[in-house]
Amino acid sequence: MGHLAPHIAPLPALAGGAIIGLAASALMLLIGQVAGISGMVTGVLRPVPGQWPWRAAFVLGLLAGGFAWFLIDPSVFGHIPRPLPVVAAAGVIVGYGVTMGGGCTSGHGVCGISRLSRRSIVATCTFMATGIVTAGIWRLIFGAVQ
Amino acid sequence: MNRRVVAAFACGLVFALGLGLSGMTHPARILGFLDVFGRWDPTLIFTMMGAVGVHLPLLWLIRRRSAPLFAPRLELPTKKDLDARLIGGSALFGVGWALGGFCPGPAVVSVFGGRSDNFVFFIALLAGMALRSLGRLPTMTKAEGSVRA
Repeated sequence: MGHLAPHIAPLPALAGGAIIGLAASALMLLIGQVAGISGMVTGVLRPVPGQWPWRAAFVLGLLAGGFAWFLIDPSVFGHIPRPLPVVAAAGVIVGYGVTMGGGCTSGHGVCGISRLSRRSIVATCTFMATGIVTAGIWRLIFGAVQ
Repeated sequence: MNRRVVAAFACGLVFALGLGLSGMTHPARILGFLDVFGRWDPTLIFTMMGAVGVHLPLLWLIRRRSAPLFAPRLELPTKKDLDARLIGGSALFGVGWALGGFCPGPAVVSVFGGRSDNFVFFIALLAGMALRSLGRLPTMTKAEGSVRA
């Protein structure tokens, strides 16, 4: 363990997380669906009969929320501190991995852990572990992660 | 427009507002969280605590109900086994997450954030998803089968 990073923002993170938890709860209460983003996006790309409209609507809501942030405060968005070919490779690996593993930080992380699902807890520990190892290897080779 | 579609759109909008507020749309923060051997940024832990802290008790209450408001039943995953796809896919996801600092949610929310590198990640994300899901038989989607909670 090294030093803590500067500009740590625990309170907005906690509040933002609570809003995410509310949105996931509302989706379950209203239409009975799990708020897993990777499943929704793949479900938009490759429609399952009857599931496409709500998935497309949720993804549109995410895009609209992002655009609202762009209008209100574009500083919520951030640069990816990596060369563009690494960014592209990372996107492909994330897309392939979450589709194969059946979920990402939202579906397995937030919703699965809240359901105390053994599969989701194992998935979350796995992606956290390989993420930490990958970041550690990057640090060893290039000297810094961020 | 039916009310399921409107509800899903509203939930997506609120979800995006929460993600933006939490700081998770900054890839450098995610990379800092995974960099436990360097200048560690614990912010993501607080986001997860907030999200699970709210969703766990509310989900428990919602599951007491016989049905959701605008649909016949709660659709919850039924799979129980820890198979190679779950572990292998999640392991790959973690590698990509540590290379780009984005998981799918923040990547989608950042599409209209005006940053070209974010957009490149998003297009690559769709390509990776398509690579895995297109051409596969629909057996994959059986994981989304439902039970009456």
